Amino acid sequence: MDSKGLEMKGISMVFPGVKALDGVDFSVKKGEVHALIGANGAGKSTLMKVLSGVYQNTAGEIFIDEQKIEIHNPMDAKKNGIVIVYQEVDTALIPHLSVAENIMMDYLIGELKGIFIDWKMIQREASETMKKLGLDIDVNKLVSELTLSEKQMVLIGRAVFHKADYLILDEPTAPLSVEETDRLFEIVETVKNRGVSVIFISHRLDEIFKICERITVLRDGQLVGNYLTANETIDTIVEKMLGRKLESTFPKHEVEIGGKIFEVRNLNGEGGVNDVNIHINAGEIVGISGLVGAGKTELVKLLFGATRRHSGEVVLNGKSVAPKNPAAAVKDGLALVPEERRREGVIVQESIETNSTLPTLKKYCNGPFMNAGMLRESALKTIRTVGIKAPSEKQLVSKLSGGNQQKVALGKWIISDAEVFLFDEPTKGVDVGSKAEIYKLIGGLVEKKKGVLYATCEFSEILGLTDRVYVMYNGTIAAELVTKNTNEEELLLYSTGGGRDE
Amino acid sequence: MNKLKDMFVFTDSKGKFDIFGFLYRYGTIVVTILAIIYFSVSVENWFTFGNMTNIFRSVSIVCLIALAMTMSLTVDGFDLSTAATASFAAVIAAKVMILWELHPAFAILLPILVGCSIGLINSFLIIKLGISDMLTTLSMMFVITGVSITFQQGSAIYNYMPMLKGGVAPGLMSEGFKAIGQHEFLEIPIPIFIMLAIATIVHIFLNRTKHGRFLYMTGGNEEAARLSGIPTKKYRTLAYVLSGGIAAIAGVVLCARLGSGEVDSAGPYLMDAVAAAYIGYSVLGAGKPNAFGTLLGALLVGILMNGLVMMSFPYYSQNIVKGIVLILGLGLTYYKKKG
Repeated sequence: MDSKGLEMKGISMVFPGVKALDGVDFSVKKGEVHALIGANGAGKSTLMKVLSGVYQNTAGEIFIDEQKIEIHNPMDAKKNGIVIVYQEVDTALIPHLSVAENIMMDYLIGELKGIFIDWKMIQREASETMKKLGLDIDVNKLVSELTLSEKQMVLIGRAVFHKADYLILDEPTAPLSVEETDRLFEIVETVKNRGVSVIFISHRLDEIFKICERITVLRDGQLVGNYLTANETIDTIVEKMLGRKLESTFPKHEVEIGGKIFEVRNLNGEGGVNDVNIHINAGEIVGISGLVGAGKTELVKLLFGATRRHSGEVVLNGKSVAPKNPAAAVKDGLALVPEERRREGVIVQESIETNSTLPTLKKYCNGPFMNAGMLRESALKTIRTVGIKAPSEKQLVSKLSGGNQQKVALGKWIISDAEVFLFDEPTKGVDVGSKAEIYKLIGGLVEKKKGVLYATCEFSEILGLTDRVYVMYNGTIAAELVTKNTNEEELLLYSTGGGRDE
Repeated sequence: MNKLKDMFVFTDSKGKFDIFGFLYRYGTIVVTILAIIYFSVSVENWFTFGNMTNIFRSVSIVCLIALAMTMSLTVDGFDLSTAATASFAAVIAAKVMILWELHPAFAILLPILVGCSIGLINSFLIIKLGISDMLTTLSMMFVITGVSITFQQGSAIYNYMPMLKGGVAPGLMSEGFKAIGQHEFLEIPIPIFIMLAIATIVHIFLNRTKHGRFLYMTGGNEEAARLSGIPTKKYRTLAYVLSGGIAAIAGVVLCARLGSGEVDSAGPYLMDAVAAAYIGYSVLGAGKPNAFGTLLGALLVGILMNGLVMMSFPYYSQNIVKGIVLILGLGLTYYKKKG
C-alpha cells in the first residue's frame, strides 16, 4: 500500500513527576489493523489519548497523509476522522435512548440545523449503517436493553456513520465471551475492508496474532519497535514487551509449608469465573497472576461470598464451607483485602480506630456494649503492628496517605483470627516504601501458618513474593506453576492465552 | 491534653481563630442559646418553668418521630412513612380500647408491633425489590394513611362515640393510658420523660453498642461494610423496623394526649421531624444522624416557634424561619463535607 496513513512523530507527554511518553513514533497505514501493546503503564492509553485529543502532547507532531494536523481536543480528533472506543462503553452511550439516536448522537448534537428532528431519516440512516457492518440490531431498541458486545457494535457503528478513518479500540475484548470476540473480529474485518484503519489495544496476544498485520510495542513510555506480525511469535513479542531484568525488593520469608488448608473445586460463579480449581497450604503464599480483566478480582470476591456462586465446592480446614455472603465468609475464617481501597476497603469518613476494629468488633464488647478502652488499645496495637503514620488513633482515614489507608485496610484483618487471607492488588497505588512493608506483613502471616492468596497483575510481585502461582485467563485457571521454576516470560505467555495447545 | 486542645481551641494553620470550625461544631447550640436569650429578654414571662415545659411537651411528638427517622438515616436511608405510621398507631391504640375493649397493655403493644411490621415491609421493598427509599416510604405513607382512615371508617375514635348501628362505643380509653399523654410527674409532663428516655436509649444504642456502629458503617459505605463482614442487609432491615417501632411509640403518646384516635393526627409533624433530624447532623459537628442532635434540633424548632408565637409573629410566616434554620444547619454540614 502506498498510502501513508497516520503518523505520530516524537510524541512526549509529561505528567507531574512522570514522563509517560518519551519521543514515541507511531504510524498506521490506511486500511490496516495495527496492534499497540505493552505492559501496564507502558503508555499505550496515554498515546491514544493524545491522538484522540484527550491529552495535549508536550512535544511531537501528528500527520495524516503527510499533512500536519493539530489535535487540541476530542472535536479536532473527530474532524480528522479519529474515533476512539473505550472499554467502558457505557460512558459513551445514553442508555434510555434508542440505538438509532445513539448512533446519530453527534449529528443530533452538532450538525442538526433547525428545531425539528426527522425521525424517519434518523432511523433509515442508522439501520443502513448497521447493515453496512452486517449487523442485525433493531435500531429502535433502547441501548439499555443491549448486551455489552452489542453496545460496542453501536459505538463502532457510530464511528462508521461519521466516516471515521482511524478507529481506536481500547481493550475491546476484555469483557467479551469467545463468540462475541469472534463477532467483533468479523466487524473489524468489515470495517477494514471499507478502508478504515483500526488501532487495536489488547493484552491478549493470541487475538493480536489473529487479526493484526503489524504490532507496535511500547515499554516504559518508549517505543521498542514495530514489527510485522508474520515475522514474530508470541514468545518474541513477550520478550520485547518485558526486556528488563527484575530486581528484588522482596523480603525473604522461610516458612515450612504445611498441609492443605483451603481447597476450591470446580468453582463457577458470577463475573465469568469458570471451573476454577485451586488449593492453598498452611504457611504458603499462593499467587493469582493474570492481566487486567482476567477474572482475578471476580475470583477472590466469589471466594469471599461477595458475589453469587453457581456451582462448585470450597473446603476450609477439611470442612465444607460455602459462604453465601461476606459475613458468613468471615465466620468461616476468611479475610479479604479488596482492590478498591477507598470504595471497598475502608470507610474514609471514619477514624482509624473505627475502621481497624470493624471486623473484630465483637472482641471488644461486653454483651452488646462496646468497650472504649479495649477499642483504643486494639487500634493503637494495629497502628504499631502495621506501621501506620498518624497523629492519633482518632485520625480520620480520609486524611491519611494512600499507603497508610491501605495499611488500615490490611491491619483490620491482620488482627483477626482468619485462617486464609485473600489479597486483591494490595499494593495498587501505594508508594514503594509502603509496598515493602506490606510484603513484610504478608510474610508475617505465613509465619503464623496462615494461608495467603495474593492476586496481582504485577508479575514482579508474583515472582518475588509467592511460593506457587495460578495464572488466570478469561475467568479460568490457565496454568499452575511453582514460582521458583518460572519466569516473567512464562507468566505472560499463559496470561495472554498462549501455551494452551501444548 | 491534646484532645482538649482539639475541642476548644479553633485556630487555622496561620494561628487565626477558625470561625468556621467553631460554627461547625457549636453553631446549632449557639443559635439555640441566642434564641433563648433573645426571647427571655424581649418576651415577658417567656423564660418560665411553665413555658419551658410547654415547649418540651409540644416538641415531644415531633422529636419521637424525628428519632424514628434518625434510625433510617443512620443506614443512609430515609423513612417518610414515620408520621403516617404514628397516626395509624394512634388509631389502633384507640380502637383497641374503645371498640374492642381489650386490656390497655394491648393499646401499647399492638401499635408497636404494627409499626415494626410496616418497617419490615418497607425494608423488603427497599432491599429486595430495590425501590429507592424515598419512593418506597412515600408510597407507604399513602397506603398507611389510607388504610388507617379506612380502618377507622373515616372518623375519629373517641369515648362514647355514636355507632352506626345505634348506641355508643362500648369501651373507654383507660385513665391509666391517658396518663401517658396528659399527666405530670414532678410538674413535668410524662411525654417529656418518654421523649428523653427514648432519645437516651437511641443515643446509647447508636454510640455505645456494636449494633449502632454497624448501622453507621452500613450507612457510611455499604460495600466496605459488607466486605468487612457486616450483614448489611440485616442492619438496613433493622433500621427500618426500629424506625417503624419508634414512630408507633410516638403515635401511642399522641393518642394518649388527645384522648382519641384522630384522622391523620401525626401528619402535620412530618416535615418538622425531617427538619429536626437533619438539623441534628450539625450538632457538635457530628456530620451524621444522631439522637442528641435530633433532640436538640426538635427543641430548636420548638423554641423558635413558641417564641415567635408569643411575639405575635404571624403563624403563616413561621415556615420561613424553620426553612432558614434548616438551610443554615445543612449548609454547615455539607460545606464541611465538601471541604
